[in-house]
Amino acid sequence: MNKIDATIALAGNPNSGKTTLFNTLTGARQHVGNYPGVTVEKKEGIYQVNGRKLRIVDLPGTYSLTAYSLEEVVARDFLVQEKPEVVIDIVDAANLERNLYLTLQFMELGAPVCLALNMIDVAESRGVSINTDRLSASLGVPVVTTVARSGKGKEALIAMAESVIDGKQKIRPLTISYGKDIDPALAEMDGMVASAQFLTDRYPAHWVALKYMEGDEQVRKLGYAQDAKVSDRLDQVVAKVAQHIEDTLDSYPEAVIADQRYGYIKALLKNNVVVHRKDPNRLFVSDKIDKVLTNRLAGPLIMLAVIFGLYRFTFTYSTAPVGWLETFFGWLGGVVDQGLPDGLLKSMIVSGVIDGVGGVLGFVPLILFMFLGISFLEDSGYMARMAYMLDRVFRFFGLHGSSVMAFIVSGGIAGGCAVPGVMATRTLKSRKERLATILTAPFMNCGAKVPIFMLLVAAFFAHHEAEVMFIITLIAWAGALLAAKFLRSTVIRGESTPFVMELPPYRLPTFKGLAIHTWERTWQYIRKAGTVILGISIILWALMTFPGLPAAQRQSFDQARKAILTAASPADREAVQAGSNGSLSDTARAVRSRLVYIDHQEAEKSLQNSVAGRIGSALEVVSRWAGFDWRTNIALVGGFAAKEVVVSTLGTAYSLGNVDPDASNTLSATLAAAPGWRPLTAMSLIIFTIFYAPCFVTIVMIVRETGSWKWGAFSMAFNTLIAFTLSVIVFQVGSLLGY
Amino acid sequence: MAKLPMRQMKKNQSGVISAVKATGELGRRIRDMGLVPGSEVKIQGHAPLYDPVSLRVLGFTLTLRNSEADFIVVDVDDE
Repeated sequence: MNKIDATIALAGNPNSGKTTLFNTLTGARQHVGNYPGVTVEKKEGIYQVNGRKLRIVDLPGTYSLTAYSLEEVVARDFLVQEKPEVVIDIVDAANLERNLYLTLQFMELGAPVCLALNMIDVAESRGVSINTDRLSASLGVPVVTTVARSGKGKEALIAMAESVIDGKQKIRPLTISYGKDIDPALAEMDGMVASAQFLTDRYPAHWVALKYMEGDEQVRKLGYAQDAKVSDRLDQVVAKVAQHIEDTLDSYPEAVIADQRYGYIKALLKNNVVVHRKDPNRLFVSDKIDKVLTNRLAGPLIMLAVIFGLYRFTFTYSTAPVGWLETFFGWLGGVVDQGLPDGLLKSMIVSGVIDGVGGVLGFVPLILFMFLGISFLEDSGYMARMAYMLDRVFRFFGLHGSSVMAFIVSGGIAGGCAVPGVMATRTLKSRKERLATILTAPFMNCGAKVPIFMLLVAAFFAHHEAEVMFIITLIAWAGALLAAKFLRSTVIRGESTPFVMELPPYRLPTFKGLAIHTWERTWQYIRKAGTVILGISIILWALMTFPGLPAAQRQSFDQARKAILTAASPADREAVQAGSNGSLSDTARAVRSRLVYIDHQEAEKSLQNSVAGRIGSALEVVSRWAGFDWRTNIALVGGFAAKEVVVSTLGTAYSLGNVDPDASNTLSATLAAAPGWRPLTAMSLIIFTIFYAPCFVTIVMIVRETGSWKWGAFSMAFNTLIAFTLSVIVFQVGSLLGY
Repeated sequence: MAKLPMRQMKKNQSGVISAVKATGELGRRIRDMGLVPGSEVKIQGHAPLYDPVSLRVLGFTLTLRNSEADFIVVDVDDE
């Protein structure tokens, strides 16, 4: 019963409703993974019909089948290597001409294609009528009409696929004419390929010849590896044709082939296959909406409102569930605290596992709502408009209009989170721009950095809170954009990827689509929390715990405690030891606070003696240049776990116990009075906090999204280097100027 | 009829593509979207900073940077 009877590949242009159809067919029974070795998503699901189990694979949406984008290579390799029994090509019926360009390329490859004319209702309302019988007859492939949103035509589609699987529908391979220059050369090359059995174990002979003519790098590389002689002979034929085409047409073979494909489609559609009852280029509802939403004045204002709305939506609705999770993990920590004896195991479970994983899972509601909002903007088509309006600005820095979403989600408006921000770069199809966005988005001020700023601002820049926070936001943006510019002209150098982008018609997203989309991303995040993040939490806990205090010091703290208790009156001693909270007398309360003071001193010493503390002390030699002492260093090391930890670690380092970030008044008073701290130190620390290494959850996401640990490590080193350089400059120049 | 690079076309101006001079990846992307000689295009508008440009071709809306539109030559109707 677990056997898969056949594989159906869903292929087609982006925005053709392919994913909606996939969701309609497979529902929640889908599995999302990656294609081996690349970061392109692979979605699979099962559809059962007539006792058959059909495996449905959603190929990445592409406009073409060249070898120049990962998506296209993945789609092509899948068709060639896994040989699905059927390829359902989902075609936007209102947009037949462009969509058939991809269809032709599937047919050239000899794939068993059948067509689903999707969104046929939209096409009809636009005055496009399609004679499906004629279309099917002239293309030589079966054709059905569907409306993926409502599931209309689903049964007919599957029936068509089954008849292809059963071999009832014969699909003839397509050969079209590419013009009088190319055809004879292709025929010659066909012969060479076939007689040498050149790559024919993988591809049809005609296709190999065609790809050589197009100068396809992937095929030429494979060919050269298999038989360099044949490959060279093919190249010679191509070179001759190319020269001739350049002389006579001022063009090149690949362009001529594309023109001929479009010519073939135009001729095919003219033959009464498609009748336009209205002008196809007239303005539709969607264009009328665009007149307002991308208007030169109203457009940017509406965009600001939409971004602000996304924030309001996310933070308003996620506050309550985030609170519930915090309460839950607090309660869980309490239960373990009560249930286990004091010692390392307890400390590890409470401080390492529960605080670590709980801290990460606490973000889940935030991510859920953020992605619900983003999915809505994406599926409705508005995201493409944002990219369109902002591209001019972002391009200057070597980024892409679509980078804006990642920046904003990461904290472009203070209070985001870089984890969903890095994940949000998935909308970006251009590799280099995407990488630059991933690496710079963490500079934005996420919600966990804000309490650090609040603390420092309250301590040193009271009365100017709003101004300083605004300046901090500007510094983050300027830093991120300039860093992107720097990366794009050094490490990720290179021409910008062509922008050429479709503005799909506005559509109301389906509930199912939104739910699946949102859940997928949230689940990926949760899964990480359970694995990598758990491990790193424990390591960081160990760094801040071991080796603990030497026995002699611990004893002296114990003695100090004993001394306090001995000095107290018997009644007070009893009351304090009983741990009752309610009605302590004033003297008893004084005794207890003296004890707590000792505890905090012990925690401070123990932290100083831990591996993290030693790192902090060792770093002091360097960090003094930026004005940081060992206490700040430990807090920053701890901040690598999660930036939230910085404030509480500073609290421990200043013998204040664990400081609640929301009530850090005592700590800011302590800092304001502490020797070595002045406004310049605070400014230097603020700058450092904005730019230094992202928290490890973000690192894990960077590794995931770039597909390599290399970029995770790069981001840690590069960001910390920038942060350190900038804060040293601020501190040294500031000191010289007498601040 | 006059031949113009697409960048110089005004809003709501239409014409027929006569040549696409881009090569490499840009050329490929442009052709993938149906911007080939013989296709009718109509400029729909510009982004707030006057770049990119949005246009209508084959019944859908496409955007290009001005630097990319430079490679496309259009036979425009006389005004």
